[in-house]
Amino acid sequence: MSKPDSLTTLSLAQLRDGLQSGQFSSVELTEAWLARVAQFDGELNSFISVLHDDALAQARQADQQRQADSVASPLAGIPYALKDLFCTKGVLTSCGSRMLENFTAPYDAHVASQLKAAGAILLGKNNMDEFAMGSSNENAYYGAVKNPWNPAHVPGGSSGGGSAAVAARLSPMVLGTDTGGSIRQPASFCGITGIKPTYGRVSRYGMIAFASSLDQCGPMAASAEDCALTLNSIAGFDPRDSTSAQAAVPDYTATLNEPLAGLRIGLPRSFFAEGLEQAVASRIDEAVKTVEKLGATVKDIELPNAHLAVPAYYIVAPAEASSNLSRFDGVRFGFRCDNPQDLQDLYERSRWEGFGDEVKRRIVMGTYALSAGYYDAYYRKAQQVRRLIKQDFVAAFQEVDVIMGPAAPTTAFKLGEKSDDPVSMYLADIYTIPTSLAGLPGMSFPIGFDPQGLPVGMQLIGNYFDEARMLNVAHQYQQHTDWHQRVPERFA
Amino acid sequence: MEWETVIGLEIHAQLSTHSKIFSGSSTAYGAAPNTQASLVDLGMPGTLPVLNKKAVEMAIRLGVAIDAEIAPLSVFARKNYFYPDLPKGYQISQYELPIVGNGHMDITLDNGDTKRIGITRAHLEEDAGKSLHEDFQGQTGIDLNRAGTPLLEIVSEPDMRSAKEAVAYMKKLHALVRYLGVCDGNMQEGSFRCDANVSVRRPGEPFGTRAEIKNLNSFRFIEKAINFEVERQIDLIESGQTAVQETRLYDPDADETRSMRGKEDANDYRYFPDPDLLPVAISSEDIEAVRAAMPELPETKRQRFLSEYQLSDYDAETLTNNRETADYFEATTQACGDAKLAANWVMGGLTSLMNRHDIDISAVPVSPEALAGMLKRIQDNTISSSAAKEVLDALWQGEGSADAIIEAKGLKQISDTSAIESTIDEIIANNPAQVEQYRAGKEKVFGFFVGQAMKAFKGKADPAVVNQILKQKLGGA
Repeated sequence: MSKPDSLTTLSLAQLRDGLQSGQFSSVELTEAWLARVAQFDGELNSFISVLHDDALAQARQADQQRQADSVASPLAGIPYALKDLFCTKGVLTSCGSRMLENFTAPYDAHVASQLKAAGAILLGKNNMDEFAMGSSNENAYYGAVKNPWNPAHVPGGSSGGGSAAVAARLSPMVLGTDTGGSIRQPASFCGITGIKPTYGRVSRYGMIAFASSLDQCGPMAASAEDCALTLNSIAGFDPRDSTSAQAAVPDYTATLNEPLAGLRIGLPRSFFAEGLEQAVASRIDEAVKTVEKLGATVKDIELPNAHLAVPAYYIVAPAEASSNLSRFDGVRFGFRCDNPQDLQDLYERSRWEGFGDEVKRRIVMGTYALSAGYYDAYYRKAQQVRRLIKQDFVAAFQEVDVIMGPAAPTTAFKLGEKSDDPVSMYLADIYTIPTSLAGLPGMSFPIGFDPQGLPVGMQLIGNYFDEARMLNVAHQYQQHTDWHQRVPERFA
Repeated sequence: MEWETVIGLEIHAQLSTHSKIFSGSSTAYGAAPNTQASLVDLGMPGTLPVLNKKAVEMAIRLGVAIDAEIAPLSVFARKNYFYPDLPKGYQISQYELPIVGNGHMDITLDNGDTKRIGITRAHLEEDAGKSLHEDFQGQTGIDLNRAGTPLLEIVSEPDMRSAKEAVAYMKKLHALVRYLGVCDGNMQEGSFRCDANVSVRRPGEPFGTRAEIKNLNSFRFIEKAINFEVERQIDLIESGQTAVQETRLYDPDADETRSMRGKEDANDYRYFPDPDLLPVAISSEDIEAVRAAMPELPETKRQRFLSEYQLSDYDAETLTNNRETADYFEATTQACGDAKLAANWVMGGLTSLMNRHDIDISAVPVSPEALAGMLKRIQDNTISSSAAKEVLDALWQGEGSADAIIEAKGLKQISDTSAIESTIDEIIANNPAQVEQYRAGKEKVFGFFVGQAMKAFKGKADPAVVNQILKQKLGGA
């Protein structure tokens, strides 16, 4: 029998195999991961809720089921965690906000019910930037999350709790969400693998919306293989989400070992210009060379409108958010101010006191952009830019199979470093936002460290619904490198 | 100096779908508060709308009926405002690209002329919930059963020139949506209601400043509200003031409109396309499929009733006012073979019973076949018209077939001429003074003899036969 400590170093595939061969039980596994959460999360703050008893109950059930049923799903009995914006029945679903600190969701999000049906064990709910608005996990009602590689640094955001939890091996896999980079940027900052699938690939039902036309759920884990295993369970059409895609779902693990010979890689020149940290640029060069050695060819590509992505995004996303967040009005659920004097007072103070500064900033920006007389100049124009950016990518994918570049211009910055400068914070997503606006899939995987010992991530952008190829590329890279297996020393 | 009234109507028709426009909740009226509100209707975080295809099909049906353009691609938009019975903080509606574009409908004016009213657009949207202010001390109750009920908002051009025209247009549209089966037309429950935009101007001048009167839900109120509003605006202008753009409410008790909010208080709704819903794509095949399944429309039916049954304009118009009445009339005609007789009885005796019992045609307890059974006995002179009224009452009460009722009540008309003659002979013999007067030229006395005869026959004799024999006998033959 293995000791609990070693159970938390295994990949999802190894956990699956161990459970299937009876090397360990789901209860043992769940206890081991819960023990690490108890031991380490005090310093990281990566969880908002830990579902100790529920998780163990689920694990016992998974073990019983396994005895009764010889064919278990690959994720049966395996622990995971959810970003705290996925609704989970009977469990606090706070969205990282005071507004929902009292909100117990009455239903399960699509992905939560998919994973429940697959027998996965929900360990808890991860910390996040409030309403998924932020790039550092500092806009957090439940407090900032620390980067496991250096607690003075941020883990990235908005899925910063999940990325820190995976990096510190507090959960073998988590689900995050990505609106403008909220899976890829924290994955890059924490040295883990995360994929934002094509918009529409995974149902948004039960995900508390930030910007509906951009939000997408995806897995974050140590490796591409673990992401592929997870994506198999959550991807697919859901009639409850009109924007979810009907496209067939392949087995994402089936093509992981395809050779990369003949793969055409595009490097967007504009991603390697001013503002990119030298260490990041160097790691990217090295990683591209590694992939070239595996048989891929590389060429420069142009994305002529990519520089317009950040301003366009900061019109579209806040505009949608200003409307999506209107339902938090103190009337039916969530925070309500004390002693409202009248209806107007109830609205104003509930929202003023319930939302944090960044959320309020974006509601104001979005409301302004949609206002009579400004709509054409802002929202409509931003949508036009969005179409141009999409066309750029469509043209690029005529010539290449995947696009590679940095996930973020820098490695993880220091806590507080950008808190007073929203615009510089927004630029942390400069490389991930174009993909989001185009609705394309993007991922980040670890490719080394900067001189300070902070991880560097490579962004991989694929064509629509071509997640299998992206996971294949990342997996092949990971077969020849071990960056994805590195764990910060204090958590090893 | 003369004033011209300018009216445009925005009519909200609640679509007769079983479930809501963006959720699976029932749309049935009158359930206990919040028992028909799902997670989606409550605006729960994370929930998403899914479009009810039936609502789209109904919108197309109306569009085809008013000869309108059906948009190949229409878009749902969010109309953002805060109100406690609007759970999401926005209403899903349509703005830039409505499902139904330019159409029209013809109304008949008092002088018999036809006038064409333009219809600018019709768009799909969800209804809000209800705020209940009365039942709660110092609080407001929210009932979200109605939230998400599908509405079709039908916007006319400012083509109407009097309250009467507005009512005629609304009645015509009311009949149409019921014909199409897209709305039950129940105005009391708010299934069919309208906002009226009213302004006045000197003929030939540009439009005046309009006031919008909200939520009118009866034909009578619409007429009264518009007439009040027109007078109010004329008085204002003639006394040197100006009408202001505002939203007003009609108070039926006081018979007046009152300002609700001015233009400066109007919301900026910040419409934008709803990113949770895909654009609605409608192909010409979709439209043709709806067209093929369309019921006969009121206008076509009216024309057919004129030519096929040789009805008067009035009868054809009245009988085609709603589909159920038209169907009832046609079934009755088919069973008895006499359209005019069927028309008279459906519009006469049957309608007065419906009024007396306050039910509409769909709930009438007499089937068209049962009514026809009675009409046949009128046709073959078995019963008189007055006896027929009695038979109809009994049919209504469920006392059996017309024949059984005639038999049981002894209503059979006396058509035996010799029996009538002998009774009349007796009457003449018993009233020599009146006979004398009549024969002396006092023709009024004839009525006296008819009365005596009918009394003697207890109404069962054919009046035409009685008249004829009386005339003959009194003539001194």
